[in-house]
Amino acid sequence: MKRFAITLATLALAAAAHAQVTVKDAWVRATVPQQKATGAFMQLTAAQDTKLVAGSSPVAGVVEIHEMAMDNNVMKMRQVPGGLALPAGKAVDLKPGGYHVMLLDLKGQVKDGEVVPVSLVFEGKDGKKQTVEIKATARPLNSAAQTDPSQGGHAGMKH
Amino acid sequence: MAFTARTAFRWLLVLAVTMLAVFLASCHRGGDAAAPGFRGIDLTGAPYGRDFRLTDADGRERSLADYKGKAVLLYFGFVQCPDVCPTALIRAAEVKKLLGADGDKLQVIFITVDPERDSPEVIKAYTAAFDPSFVGLYGDAKRTRATADEFKVYYRAVPTGSSYTMDHSALSYVFDPQGRLRLALRHEQKADDYAHDIRLILAGN
Repeated sequence: MKRFAITLATLALAAAAHAQVTVKDAWVRATVPQQKATGAFMQLTAAQDTKLVAGSSPVAGVVEIHEMAMDNNVMKMRQVPGGLALPAGKAVDLKPGGYHVMLLDLKGQVKDGEVVPVSLVFEGKDGKKQTVEIKATARPLNSAAQTDPSQGGHAGMKH
Repeated sequence: MAFTARTAFRWLLVLAVTMLAVFLASCHRGGDAAAPGFRGIDLTGAPYGRDFRLTDADGRERSLADYKGKAVLLYFGFVQCPDVCPTALIRAAEVKKLLGADGDKLQVIFITVDPERDSPEVIKAYTAAFDPSFVGLYGDAKRTRATADEFKVYYRAVPTGSSYTMDHSALSYVFDPQGRLRLALRHEQKADDYAHDIRLILAGN
């Protein structure tokens, strides 16, 4: 918990240093051995209009920005075309039932509690790209959509 | 004489009207799918979704008859799915808890639509992560397709980058303890809705 709080504090500092995009409550769904894909979830808030256009992670061969949508009871998951828009000052949730950062071609099992580094690439209106390094902690495979208070950032802050 | 005939006619008329009223009432009851108050889609008597023949993660051949005596909650999905499949299985575990003592009368079954990547070992570890009682089933490509067709389940591999993802139907099917397909619940519905309907099914509705 303490480590998580420190991670969060580091994250907040990192975000402040960039002063562009704030990343909150980043987590990755843990996997079972030989599972080749999983999702990273978080809340992003950009100071100015920007887009999340790409990502990378040492644990995954490929990182994509995905959107899940239900279409007549059929689940469809797609890359967000042109990147995920982050309007200035608006918190955008990447959570189950919507957007996620898809980690594909996993190099190994992502275990519960593991800290997964992910680089996110944002593109401003001026076309300038900025990379933000985040650390997402793996939560159990059966973690639900809502922020788990026992593992979430706010609980950690209290310590 | 004339009097008697008229009385008889009147009585016949009353009888006919009464019969019509009873007939209409029964029509109404029969036509109202929500009669037992299901929150899911009532599929009672549907001419599909009758059975499957697949293999469980321990290599045993399975069909619906193996789960007779329990209500079955059946979901088609795939392991490399970061969003709806975990959400569906988390919900299924929650439903089991909501049923309390009757939780043991519910068998949750996960059928993979991605047998190419979802090996028995992966399926076993995956379903157990949600609840050790959950059963994961798979077949070869042909049998998987035949099973999905039997349940009117749609799935399709969609390339993404160097990999692929699966579009798939995200309905959960409910069978009664006699092994008859009864309901389909939608992904948007809550654990509470699922538990509500399964309670009705377990109560003999």
